[in-house]
Amino acid sequence: MVLDHRFHAIDTFRSALSIVVDPIRYVVNLPSDAIDWASGSFVSHSTLEDKNHTLKTQNQLLRAKLQKYASLKAENANLRGLLKSAKRHDDKLERVLVTEILSVDLDPFRRKFVINKGTSHDVYIGQPIIGAQGVMGKVVHVGPLSSTALVITDASHSLPVQINRNGVRAIAVGVPKNNQLELIHQPNNVDIMVDDLLVTSGLGCIFPDGYPVGRVIDIQTNPSLPFAKIIVQPTAQLDRDREALLVWPTFGGNKQSDCKGPQEEETGRR
Amino acid sequence: MSIAQKHGTSVIVISFIMALMLTVMPLPEWAEELRPLWVVIVLIYWSMALPQRVSVGVGWSMGLLLDVVNDAVLGQHALALALIAFLTNNLHQRLRIFPQSQQVIVIFVFCVIYSLIILWIKGITGTAPSVWLIIMPSFTTALVWPLAFIILRHARRFYRVN
Repeated sequence: MVLDHRFHAIDTFRSALSIVVDPIRYVVNLPSDAIDWASGSFVSHSTLEDKNHTLKTQNQLLRAKLQKYASLKAENANLRGLLKSAKRHDDKLERVLVTEILSVDLDPFRRKFVINKGTSHDVYIGQPIIGAQGVMGKVVHVGPLSSTALVITDASHSLPVQINRNGVRAIAVGVPKNNQLELIHQPNNVDIMVDDLLVTSGLGCIFPDGYPVGRVIDIQTNPSLPFAKIIVQPTAQLDRDREALLVWPTFGGNKQSDCKGPQEEETGRR
Repeated sequence: MSIAQKHGTSVIVISFIMALMLTVMPLPEWAEELRPLWVVIVLIYWSMALPQRVSVGVGWSMGLLLDVVNDAVLGQHALALALIAFLTNNLHQRLRIFPQSQQVIVIFVFCVIYSLIILWIKGITGTAPSVWLIIMPSFTTALVWPLAFIILRHARRFYRVN
């Protein structure tokens, strides 16, 4: 147990055992897959038409926004060139892979989920997982055909974040009880307001920067306490999404192994 | 002492696989903390009925599988299940002649021992929930035991596992 918890010495043994266990997970997942399939197959023509219509409209809107993004990107590069500051290497988009979240229950006292991709799809330990609305978590154990991921609201998870409005950096620690996050070690006079958007800061070399994490919903400042209590509601639908994106991050054009930064996520809270 | 003595291994294996599946079967959130300890039930039954076949070794290996299924620290369920198998093996002759109600009480105590070992290990690794939350499944396990006992005994007699 010490070998596993402290040194990850028997990870290969664990992933070997997970070959035995994977069929069980997939069989348990079958009913919800079947329901998905059935609700996908037995839909009336008009519902599909409606859905198609809304999706087309949405696609149009997103494309229009993307046009603006392209011009903004060019403008930003121009301005940076005028200021003679370093270019951001975000032209190359990160490699992503859609993965399905298996409906399998793990330990009820931890926030974890199982995905249907493993080492055979190049998944590695520490890989970030992003939902449609924001960051969901990161991979903690990989097997050949499935992996386990830790959700950002687990008590042992910390995530380096940044306030989108003014760039204040913070660390968001999971509060599993309400599926929320808390910004720790922020002074009482810190410039954070309710409804501020938090994005990943890219420090710690695990999560790529700029992905939305959550919104501040509550700030309690008590002069008798050294730090403010700042509660964050994650933007990702952590308990509803059936699909997520695995991301292979590039840190400023570098590979992850070249990224040198404080390993904040590695230190679990005791 | 003959070949006929090893009969129905597949029934034991299938019952353990069913228990593992029930352990990870999705439940509504309120029921998650009440999920009976299925693997413990099956292990106690077999090590009570067939102590010469199902014992500490089986308990340990099932525990390792349970650790991987549950994504726990490798070895925590193994240790707890091995201890439960050992206790049941020691007490199997008494357990067999107990009336149902008394059996339920013993099963409850075993489950509490099991849960406390898990809690202890979780405490060492820094993710301990409250004691009451972790003991809740023991109550449901004790409630489910009579039914599970009847089903497993029926399966054992029907397939003549011995």
